[in-house]
Amino acid sequence: MRTVELLVVGGGPAGLCAAIQAAEMGSSVILVERSQHLGGQLIKQTHMFFGSEKQYASKRGFDISNILLDKIASLEKITLMQSTTVMGIYEDGVVTLEHKGEYIKVLPKATIVATGASEKTLAFPNNDLPGIYGAGAVQTLMNEYGIKPGNRVVMVGAGNIGLIVSYQLMQAGVEVAAIVEGGPKIGGYLVHASKVRRMGVPILTRHTIKSAHGKEVLEKVTLWQLDDQWNGIPGTEIEFGVDVMCIAVGLAPLSELLWQAGCQMKFIESLGGYVPTRDENLQTSVKGLFVAGDVSGVEEASSAMVEGYLAGMSAASYLGYKLYNMNEVKENLLNQLDSLRHGQMGEKIRKGIAELQIEHEAAASVDA
Amino acid sequence: MLEVTGIPTVEDIEKVFPSKERLKIGPVVVMECFQNIPCNPCYTACKTGAIKEFEDINDLPTVDQSLCNGCGLCISNCPGLSIMVVDMTYSEEEALIKIPYEFLPLPEIGETVKGLDREGKVVCEVKVVKVLRGKSLDKTPIISLAVDKEYVKIVRNIRLGE
Repeated sequence: MRTVELLVVGGGPAGLCAAIQAAEMGSSVILVERSQHLGGQLIKQTHMFFGSEKQYASKRGFDISNILLDKIASLEKITLMQSTTVMGIYEDGVVTLEHKGEYIKVLPKATIVATGASEKTLAFPNNDLPGIYGAGAVQTLMNEYGIKPGNRVVMVGAGNIGLIVSYQLMQAGVEVAAIVEGGPKIGGYLVHASKVRRMGVPILTRHTIKSAHGKEVLEKVTLWQLDDQWNGIPGTEIEFGVDVMCIAVGLAPLSELLWQAGCQMKFIESLGGYVPTRDENLQTSVKGLFVAGDVSGVEEASSAMVEGYLAGMSAASYLGYKLYNMNEVKENLLNQLDSLRHGQMGEKIRKGIAELQIEHEAAASVDA
Repeated sequence: MLEVTGIPTVEDIEKVFPSKERLKIGPVVVMECFQNIPCNPCYTACKTGAIKEFEDINDLPTVDQSLCNGCGLCISNCPGLSIMVVDMTYSEEEALIKIPYEFLPLPEIGETVKGLDREGKVVCEVKVVKVLRGKSLDKTPIISLAVDKEYVKIVRNIRLGE
């Protein structure tokens, strides 16, 4: 059995920042990442980030990942375990891991779960044809492995991911036939929408996929218009000959470990599904178990990083490591989160998070 | 409309386009930023103080056009690629517009390319005057285009080849 002060689960933006903050305050950290690469979704993001300088705004996602990884490499207190999957969190606090066939048990004094989110999908006839991908898979192929996923694509979803991946597909030389959005409005940032519109890509709001066609692989898709009750309107069908369909209809928190650990969970639609209740320090209803990033509510990577720093600081403080100006740092991080969520786009997020707030005795021990 | 189509309307553009008087003086920035999202790198990038500090990071940018010299530093720093610079004093018939362009191949200086509107439709031919692609631009090259003045509010993108 290995012992460690802090176990961080997930090496994406939230987990990296959490590990950095906790290690800088003096805690020993094991950072576990399922993939062989650290950086999570950041390494696939070729666009410039929004936010302010504090969240590396105007830098590209993969460059932000490199900044964080350089920092991680400079911190001796952090032990990295890539290609390692957390199997379970048990009542006695033991966490089990699998690494290349090896079974490992760890007993941490505190844990930060930063497992991120997984893609939602869409039900329609033939949705299992090869050529139909989630947006994350398309980004992995293109931006991680340099493989063009096909020649002509229909994108499903005009949220930020659908818009950004459409733009990246065009940069890779793939034609985007159309972006299809079930809702009455574009869900993502309008500047992203304008970027793809001026490349000549139509955005069809109030439309969805009726069916996919193809013998062995995707050859064609049929779209149709939706009425106000989200029912397809017969007679409005449009067909596109495409070899790729990319589905970007939202994310759901990867919260299995939190369920297993016994965290109190609530269904908050605007945050992507079931998410844990937490106090201001991002401690869940389970003492010593903290959360950060999309697993605690789907948002942008900018807020995931800030949450990571906050959870890292809270966990280190819980373990007895303090900063002389901890209240000030915490205030600053909370202010950053507040301003990232302050706009009209952040309104639903704010409401959702407000429903999750808990206060428990343990919270007092985190504060200075 | 913009939130359904993704295309700023003529009225949207009029709202952010500098006045005729300002355009007579020289190059100036046009910021097609219409939505309150948390973002302020344009302010951070501006060295002349023309782009004002954000009270709330979700505010739309405010520009003091009298302080803007059209340097274009903000163009490649805008994550939304929503900024361009317009110079109506470029020549009698033509205006110069500087736009961000993140596609390969880049156009050649002197090349004539298709000028596209905000819907991606070809509206005219434009001449490439300059291609900036320094390291500080961080992979967002800035293309300067000579555009017939009547299309200055219309052209926002280019297409190379046929």
